[in-house]
Amino acid sequence: MTINPDLQGRSYPAKEVYDVGREKIREFARAVKATHPAHFEVDAARALGHSDLVAPPTFAIIVAQRADAQLIEDPDAGIDFSRVVHADQRFIHHRPIIAGDRLVAELHVDGVRAMGGGAMITTRSEIFALAAGATDGTAREAVTTATSSILVRGEGQ
Amino acid sequence: MTRTLSELAVGQDIGSRSITVTRTDLVKYAGASGDFNPIHWNEAFATGVGLPGVIAHGMFTMGSAVQLVTDWAGDPAAVVDFQTRFTKPVPVSDTTGTAEAGAVIEISGAIGALDAGAGTARVDLTVVSGGQKVLMKAQAVVRLA
Repeated sequence: MTINPDLQGRSYPAKEVYDVGREKIREFARAVKATHPAHFEVDAARALGHSDLVAPPTFAIIVAQRADAQLIEDPDAGIDFSRVVHADQRFIHHRPIIAGDRLVAELHVDGVRAMGGGAMITTRSEIFALAAGATDGTAREAVTTATSSILVRGEGQ
Repeated sequence: MTRTLSELAVGQDIGSRSITVTRTDLVKYAGASGDFNPIHWNEAFATGVGLPGVIAHGMFTMGSAVQLVTDWAGDPAAVVDFQTRFTKPVPVSDTTGTAEAGAVIEISGAIGALDAGAGTARVDLTVVSGGQKVLMKAQAVVRLA
């Protein structure tokens, strides 16, 4: 199986909405061994000026990896998930993710580079919060840009 | 606690932390993140694809390493940019039923750069497990008063 070089420049539009819940923030925070009270206690978050619980800095990976799944599961992409290695990751937060946010992600394939028999694929998820009451993506605010490179190992790599 | 840029200097140490990891922690992270790749919980699968055994999610290591920065900054929302490269896997031994750690991750941080115009400090993290650097270019940019 080979990676389709035409993937570069491809985009996948925002699909499902991800509703950020308090218990999910607490669960994720415990899972990364975070102890900061702003992840757990609403009063502590409000004391810092936030409207509700604050997600840990890498929480956006949940939304970004759901967006990445659109590419990995695209039969036209030619990616064997069992041969995927996470090479690098970056989050640029335009504002923090807060409990109650309704997030959507647009996925962009920024780079495809052949490496041996495999390929390095760089994707960028642009994550937006929908405005309160919005039913489509027209009223939204930029929240996080999540960039990720995955190495798809070729045979024998 | 509020930090201010003027009290910081490049090279200044922000502290260190040691995180113990068990197979249970990896199962918890899989559930919390939605990343159920079996290399993070199934020994036979992991060795079958050429790994030394079950390894931690790179995102577990990245996500737990940044806690040193959020606690130092005093507000998790102060971390406006966080990146890393994953260079070495973190094998986690099966210590189920004992009080032993399956792996230990050692994290330390120092101020790598200051940007007075942007009001930010860059914290460079050193993240080591089993005597090897497992993250490279692990950098968190923190907005300060």
